[in-house]
Amino acid sequence: MALDDIYKEVILDHYKSPRNKRELGDATVSCTRNNPLCGDEITVYAHVEGDQVVEVSFQGAGCSISQSSASMMTEAVTGTSVAGAKDMAARFRGMMAGEVEPDEDAFGDLVALKGVVQYPIRIKCAVLAWDVLQEALDGGEASGEHAHALS
Amino acid sequence: MTGTVGGLDVEAIRADFPILSRTVGDMPLVYLDSAATSQKPIQVIEAEADFYAQHNANTHRGIHMLGEEATERYEGARATVARFLGAPSPESIVFTRGVTESINLVAQGWGRTFLREGDEILLSEMEHHSNIVPWQMTAAITGATLRYLPLTDDGQLDLSDLGSLLTERTKILSITGMSNALGTITPLRQLIEAAHAVGAIVNVDAAQLAPHQAIDVTALDVDLLGFSGHKMLGPTASGGLYGKPEILEAMNPMMGGGEMIHEVFKDHSTYKEVPYKFEGGTMPVAQEVGLGAAIDYLEALGMDKVRAHEEEITAYALDRLLDAGATIYGPKDASARGGAVSFWFKNVHPHDLATIVNEQGVAIRAGHHCAQLVMRRFGTPATARASFYVYNTAEEVDILVAALAKAEAIFTT
Repeated sequence: MALDDIYKEVILDHYKSPRNKRELGDATVSCTRNNPLCGDEITVYAHVEGDQVVEVSFQGAGCSISQSSASMMTEAVTGTSVAGAKDMAARFRGMMAGEVEPDEDAFGDLVALKGVVQYPIRIKCAVLAWDVLQEALDGGEASGEHAHALS
Repeated sequence: MTGTVGGLDVEAIRADFPILSRTVGDMPLVYLDSAATSQKPIQVIEAEADFYAQHNANTHRGIHMLGEEATERYEGARATVARFLGAPSPESIVFTRGVTESINLVAQGWGRTFLREGDEILLSEMEHHSNIVPWQMTAAITGATLRYLPLTDDGQLDLSDLGSLLTERTKILSITGMSNALGTITPLRQLIEAAHAVGAIVNVDAAQLAPHQAIDVTALDVDLLGFSGHKMLGPTASGGLYGKPEILEAMNPMMGGGEMIHEVFKDHSTYKEVPYKFEGGTMPVAQEVGLGAAIDYLEALGMDKVRAHEEEITAYALDRLLDAGATIYGPKDASARGGAVSFWFKNVHPHDLATIVNEQGVAIRAGHHCAQLVMRRFGTPATARASFYVYNTAEEVDILVAALAKAEAIFTT
């Protein structure tokens, strides 16, 4: 059943019980973006010290794909380096573009989102949180201050 | 499927639509997205194809046989549109590629010519983006102000404060005849009377109204009215703008170029008479001919029966959806609305809902439906929308509701 590809247990689990869904009081960077096509909205907060992503959290509302991807993203990049987080974002986009085979060890739960590739219009939902993370980290590095929130 | 629904023999109608025999995987296609675009009967497909096969040439210039035939068919379609809308003459119909172009033509051709700083343009919060953005563009250039009629919680226009929104400063009221997001049918007669009383003209966005209900522009005394062919069984890039002669006369063209001129000199040109003044370049001739065939098809069904069928199916759908636990946006009374039904089902996000019901062969739309003001008014980023037209059946409503139950099962285990 093709639906199983997209609505795997792990995706539904992250959707119903999102990890790290909260504001981050000591965030050094944050960014908000929405997908106007459907109204998915994600805010990513990150506490960056030096080149380490110490903590990541998110707030948001939207479809199961966008929200579960955000939840999984926070688990995947917490404790990594900034460069490592950006690299993972690039590889995740590659997976969603069907160009990269996911490294199950590094990706963990994120591998479950691979099925979304079969539903092209939903790919934007899966990638949203990663785009927001990228923008938060880019803005943070460039200015040393909070990235501009986009509304 | 036997018998008639609202007087329409839906089974016979369905046989005219080749695309309805497509399947989604193993499931029969249940197409509930006609508010986005309608499917086309073979009669329309063949009319357009026949034009290319037998009568294709450029219009209005050809002295040769095909040029005459093409012009005859194009102008014949114009007369058909005029009759369909109750317009006094074919010359009161400008062909366009759809309502978005029609509204841009009004906003630019009329708006930029006549609006000044301090003038007001009155819209409503239930408008489609195509009846908002062109006015924002025109307001920015002319200095006119945009104002909006608010909505009741029921999704109707809130007219309790009409007197302070529709004033002598209002130069134009641009309003939908039927909301694509909420389904609401607006009280056009009342609004047109009120607008004229303060010296404002009225432009109607009839994108959803024209396919679903008989329109008589003369009885309505409406000043301008745009419609889209692709929403009413016609081809994409077909449609038009009805206008009162004195208004069209006074408007400036939007698309300058060949065909709409009388004489061209180095420093100026003279324009053709209405409606040709507004039909610059080679028009979508084959498509407008197809539109003529679509109107013939609808008139053969009878617009009163088209509306009766819609009311019956929509009433049934509202009943079954509410029973299943859906939250409906817009009027719950089918007589007050068209067949576009926006809803939330339990807590399943519209995007997820649409993906899941697609697996059951059901095509619905999820998103903001080009009506972000509506979404914001009702506090939701998106809704799911099922929309019904002449080829839909009660059984298809049942299939939709069963598919919703499947979505619930996935999200509540």
